Amino acid sequence: MPAVAETIETVQSVQEGGYKWGFETEIEMEFAPKGLNEDIVRFISKKKNEPQWLLDWRLKAFALWQKMEEPDWAGVSYPKIDYQDAYYYAAPVKKAGPKSLDEVDPELLKTYAKLGIPLKEQAILAGVEGAGESPADSGRMPVAVDAVFDSVSVATTFRGELAKHGIIFCSISEAVQEHPELVREYLGSVVPQGDNYFACLNSAVFTDGSFVYIPKGVRCPMELSTYFRINAKSTGQFERTLIIADAGSHVSYLEGCTAPQRDENQLHAAVVELVAMDDATIKYSTVQNWYPGDAEGKGGIYNFVTKRGACRGARSKISWTQVETGSAVTWKYPSCILLGDDSVGEFYSVAVTNNFQQADTGTKMFHIGRNTKSTIVSKGISAGRSQNTYRGLVKISPKAQGARNFTQCDSLLIGDQCGAHTVPYIENRCVTAKVEHEATTSRIAEDQLFYCRARGLNEEEAVGLIVNGFCREVLKELPMEFAVEAQKLLAISLEGSVG
Amino acid sequence: MNAVTGGAGGFLSRFEGLRDRLPGASLERVRALREAGAATLRAKGLPGRRVEEWRYTDLAPVAQAHFTEALTAVGESPALPAARAPNRIVFVDGRLAEHLSQLPPHAAPLAARLEAAQELLAEDGGLPLVGLNAMMFEDGLFLDLPEGADAGTVEVLNLAAHGERPIAFHPRHVIRLAPGAKLTIVETSTGPAGAAYLHNPVYDIRVAEGASFTHVRVQREGRAAFQLSTIRARVAAGGTYDNFTLNAGGRLVRNEIHVVLEGPKAAAHMNGAQLVADGQHADTTTFLDHAAPDCPSRQTVKTVLAGKSRGVFQGKILVRQAAQRTDGYQMNQALLLSEEAEIDAKPQLEIYADDVKCSHGATVGALDPEQLFYLRARGIPAEEARAILVQAFLTEAVEGVTDPIAQAALEEAVSGWWEREAA
Repeated sequence: MPAVAETIETVQSVQEGGYKWGFETEIEMEFAPKGLNEDIVRFISKKKNEPQWLLDWRLKAFALWQKMEEPDWAGVSYPKIDYQDAYYYAAPVKKAGPKSLDEVDPELLKTYAKLGIPLKEQAILAGVEGAGESPADSGRMPVAVDAVFDSVSVATTFRGELAKHGIIFCSISEAVQEHPELVREYLGSVVPQGDNYFACLNSAVFTDGSFVYIPKGVRCPMELSTYFRINAKSTGQFERTLIIADAGSHVSYLEGCTAPQRDENQLHAAVVELVAMDDATIKYSTVQNWYPGDAEGKGGIYNFVTKRGACRGARSKISWTQVETGSAVTWKYPSCILLGDDSVGEFYSVAVTNNFQQADTGTKMFHIGRNTKSTIVSKGISAGRSQNTYRGLVKISPKAQGARNFTQCDSLLIGDQCGAHTVPYIENRCVTAKVEHEATTSRIAEDQLFYCRARGLNEEEAVGLIVNGFCREVLKELPMEFAVEAQKLLAISLEGSVG
Repeated sequence: MNAVTGGAGGFLSRFEGLRDRLPGASLERVRALREAGAATLRAKGLPGRRVEEWRYTDLAPVAQAHFTEALTAVGESPALPAARAPNRIVFVDGRLAEHLSQLPPHAAPLAARLEAAQELLAEDGGLPLVGLNAMMFEDGLFLDLPEGADAGTVEVLNLAAHGERPIAFHPRHVIRLAPGAKLTIVETSTGPAGAAYLHNPVYDIRVAEGASFTHVRVQREGRAAFQLSTIRARVAAGGTYDNFTLNAGGRLVRNEIHVVLEGPKAAAHMNGAQLVADGQHADTTTFLDHAAPDCPSRQTVKTVLAGKSRGVFQGKILVRQAAQRTDGYQMNQALLLSEEAEIDAKPQLEIYADDVKCSHGATVGALDPEQLFYLRARGIPAEEARAILVQAFLTEAVEGVTDPIAQAALEEAVSGWWEREAA
């Protein structure tokens, strides 16, 4: 998209009001009682008709969690969370499969429309019978979508098409019922229950999320996408995603997130586990746009997420790309465990904070196999009164002969009330490994601004353009459609940060 | 009480007995500082690895050793190397040995000048090792340069004397430069090879407007020794604090430097090299606080590791909101010569001002086989080729040292290390 047309569009959407995803949909909901105890864990498990082993697994996590302490080492501060003052299960009341869009709860359709989902896909998402059995004929590559609304997955599209390739793409609750052997083998194998406070809480109360299995040698024919939305008031969202790429397979997975505007803070504590076997590739892209709170720092989502991928097989590859523009507080470190020889880990990140947002994000690369390689490119942009921290670890074990890491962390400051911080940890125990780290911090140069202004852009447009250029290395890693959305998001997130 | 706090317990109980016999017992501020230091140490113990600033350096060996403070000076004088500069100040077990020293003007033993120096002793700031020093210090260097004075190059020799028991000494050095004053100190710390002593010096440094202090430290402690040093320097407008530290000796060494750039155009250099051989642990931890606008800071730290050794570099640069137009640069590089060596690096930028130019870089790697091949192809034996490459690696950090006396001291330490450890 030409920069000018896009800028005009951006400005228009800005005029429409900052956070355009801030609507709330009034849909009949089913809640579990407020609070957290063993009975709630049992309730969730029962509601989902889970086998005994999974209930036991959850209860073990809950017992561990009660003994753990909330971490405080990150560069973020927020009032103490009352874990008893939230709903841990909220689900839209399900009706039998509608025959056409007319029978679908109009509120749900309105939600989809506001999210910009095309009508065809709306029908599919709403579960209209017969819809979505063949790829949409809009001429572009179809994207299979799993939409998670508060706690439950409401619809997954293109399942039939994917099944032809032997690909399983469904909600994790369905996977528990239909593919229990896979779930049981891999759940918690990358992020164990007691890994950290928030992952442990998730293990006890996770409600839904996506499950993907790509069989041996299969290249997934379309992008897989999950759309997460927190809707109901005072609910926490605890989704759990598990992606397994068997030997020689390839998958690209997208994740989008929004939440309505609310005064109080809401908790989001997700866990994502990726497993890549020999020669498999997983590309995981996130555009995170949870409600960031208002200009005074009121409300917004607490985004405490554990994402980790295990490159178990030789020559496997896991690539994380994230664009983080939302949430009041972000605590997130997508990581790679490079076990297989010649395996590759990548982390490309753009984190934008404005107003009173706080982001503490980065990655961990564990080099264990020989000739493992990792690349980290992190771009942090701070504006307003926000704090933005890159925190990362590169750890090279004595056996990782020939391991290689390159890290680049750049920070951009807009305004003199914000902070940009870089905290990389490098731990190397291998003589043949090579590690390189570079970090810079600067502000938008006057001459760049002047150049743009001289060509007729106003200051806000100029900043948008420069920021997009600053982030280009990361944005080019995103799948096409996401890249366009991400560019717009960047500009909107920085609204009001200059002038 | 865990083992680590138990380690502090020995010091604390000795302080109970020594309290009234330590210098400055009649001075209110000194007494208060000692009590505050004891309180800090009591509350925090010797820091364990769960403390973020200490995650890579384990003080358990210090905690487990049973140190005692030497209450009287050693009788016989140790053998001294030839002096490099006309003014040399010699410390033996942390006490200024006047009969072995040629004191420059404005220098005195701290113990004798505590009344004048007490206002310059900084609080421990919650740092347990500074607390330990405040509690136990007996002596140190008090150097108070008046306005415009040029003290030239002063040599400082810190010697640990032979002793059967593991002794601990905690010298406190107070160095103040009035506006426009100039000073270069070249300091060498050394001790007997087998003695497990603890050298825990603390430096309170003030550099006034336009003054310039070049501080070169060569750490060649005995191979069983511990050195845990803390430097805290405050630099006023237009002043310069230029530190170079070479870590080449000791069993477990931590060299912690805190510099605050308090006035516009104050400058700091914190360069260093660490040569770490089998059985050694060396840690350089720096904290640079840009509190005023227009200040440049430069830091290059190089670490060479041989045998089963561990090197640590932690460098934090804080740029406060007032510190607009800060120009900060930090580079740390490590060269691994052995399969059993470990390097841990944590460079850190914390920036609250927007008009800044700050960058840091870190690299870790082995000797480049292509470069080795190049040299060997020209008939240079393998050992010599390695030495040439290590020397070249260190050059960038060392070349900032221009004082010839400092250069000579560094050169001797580096070549001594190479001959002893790597050949």
